[in-house]
Amino acid sequence: MLRDITIGQYYPADSVIHKLDPRTKLMATMIYILSLFIFRSLAGFAAVTLGLFLVILLSKVPIGYMVKGLKAIVVILLITVVFNLFLTPGETLVSFWKLRITEEGLKNAVFMTVRLIYLILGSSVLTLTTTPNQLTDGLEKSLKPLNKIHVPVHEISMMMSIALRFIPILIEETDKIMKAQLARGADFESGNLVKKAKAMVPLLVPLFISAFRRANDLALAMEARCYHGGEGRTKMKPLKYKGADGIAYLLIAVYFAVVILLRRFL
Amino acid sequence: MNFIEARKLVHEYIRRDEDDNVESILTALDEVNLDVKEGEFVAVLGHNGSGKSTLAKHLNVLLKPSGGTLWVNGKDTEDADNLWDIRQSTGMVFQNPDNQIIASVVEEDVAFGPENIGVPTTEIWKRVEKGLKSVGMIQYREHSPNRLSGGQKQRVAIAGVMAMEPKCIVLDEPTAMLDPNGRREVLEAVGQLNKEKGVTVILITHYMEEVIRADRVYVMDNGKVVMQGTPRAIFSQVDTLKSYRLDVPQITLLAYELRNAGVPVPEGILTRQELVEALCRLY
Ligand SMILES: Nc1ncnc2c1ncn2[C@@H]1O[C@H](COP(=O)(O)OP(=O)(O)OP(=O)(O)O)[C@@H](O)[C@H]1O
Ligand SMILES: [Mg+2]
Repeated sequence: MLRDITIGQYYPADSVIHKLDPRTKLMATMIYILSLFIFRSLAGFAAVTLGLFLVILLSKVPIGYMVKGLKAIVVILLITVVFNLFLTPGETLVSFWKLRITEEGLKNAVFMTVRLIYLILGSSVLTLTTTPNQLTDGLEKSLKPLNKIHVPVHEISMMMSIALRFIPILIEETDKIMKAQLARGADFESGNLVKKAKAMVPLLVPLFISAFRRANDLALAMEARCYHGGEGRTKMKPLKYKGADGIAYLLIAVYFAVVILLRRFL
Repeated sequence: MNFIEARKLVHEYIRRDEDDNVESILTALDEVNLDVKEGEFVAVLGHNGSGKSTLAKHLNVLLKPSGGTLWVNGKDTEDADNLWDIRQSTGMVFQNPDNQIIASVVEEDVAFGPENIGVPTTEIWKRVEKGLKSVGMIQYREHSPNRLSGGQKQRVAIAGVMAMEPKCIVLDEPTAMLDPNGRREVLEAVGQLNKEKGVTVILITHYMEEVIRADRVYVMDNGKVVMQGTPRAIFSQVDTLKSYRLDVPQITLLAYELRNAGVPVPEGILTRQELVEALCRLY
């Protein structure tokens, strides 16, 4: 169950999108998410769809692989649909029992679903085509100006990359502890919610202890290798913009302009 | 001057209660003298809690002495200005391979040390390649550390230290969590670095077999250095070792028992080959 999480997974392939600078991709993703909340007509819908699918095509990541990532949000999607369908006031389309579906509700439900799905797809293009390290490097460099107002940008990005490295290790460990506790007669499956939550205690306590020990060890190992924050640090793979990034920025600007114009005039 | 010189090195772990009053003091290192020459291979043996890790952490200035002096690479560890120099010249490899690999790609992990000390990018690439080659892991440079075996991870950790171009590597029970294959891999890599690159090695271990290839052995007990000498000299004192709750290599033990039973084999036999030859000479 824990192994199904696909967030932050990298899909290696040789594509233009993979080769773009992570900063470009971060910017593009942000603009795209913004555009999802700007469009409101069918023409706008066509534009965001076209934009997304062109990029997915260029990225050479199989669509099926991306859609798998949607499984995680099915529940959220259902809730959104139900709430929008039944709770939006307006012209009644159908009604049964005490519930009624309105025209506005239907429209809202469809648009919200599309927005959520595209949001997940759009951001998974980013994580699937960018290695976690590039991603954190990109974040670090993009957010560097925040350093001036004393946001510890380097430290945050270092924490993120360490977290990404240790997530699989901790998941494996959870599995191991779970099995060990099962062998001792622990029961994680039956009972009501409270009972299930209580059953988690013998799982979480050893997990936390081990996580703290790992953190301690890691801190020592980093210090032993002369880590002393971001100051004076060089990079094995420094980020550099290339020609393709310029073109990408241009396309992003055009796309954004189109979406805004469509909202105004169509 | 020796590469490492410890004189009457003392370390106390002090436990305090909430009001900052001293609750208890544990002397983990008790007047330890240690001398290691450049290029030497020194092993440190000792039962659990004898203070080996505490000693190792001093060599890299992860801990500061409570008393006595410690000089590493001609520099006093007491002086804060020497900190980064010493950490660069004396690398450290820890027991748990998972908890010392920082990056999600092998080559990027090896680059971590050089990045920290501000090595220019092109030079980092050269060092990463050299480091990975020196432990035979170059073909895994783009792999994720999570998919490597324990022995391979530990070799990556060694490569990461080598990329900082240290003069000395301190390994704190690097094989304790590995299977026999992984242990052999790691020891061979370490032996090679010592012989071919002249890197000073300080190997802390529980396994007697790993000590045989060392030039000199220190035995610790209760925070004190209680024995020192060549592996042969140390292992000929089977009874003394036993009193420190340490075993001797199986072959040495066999030779020892044979001597006790009246077979006149020489003392301090370390390898199967030596025992075979000694026995053949007798009969
Ligand atoms: N951070 C600490 N705080 C308090 N006491 C400690 C700390 N670390 C170690 N000790 C104690 O100091 C003594 C020496 O510990 P050390 O870890 O150096 O032994 P060791 O020889 O490495 O043992 P092992 O073979 O188990 O690794 C032990 O009694 C231990 O309990
Ligand atoms: Mg130890």
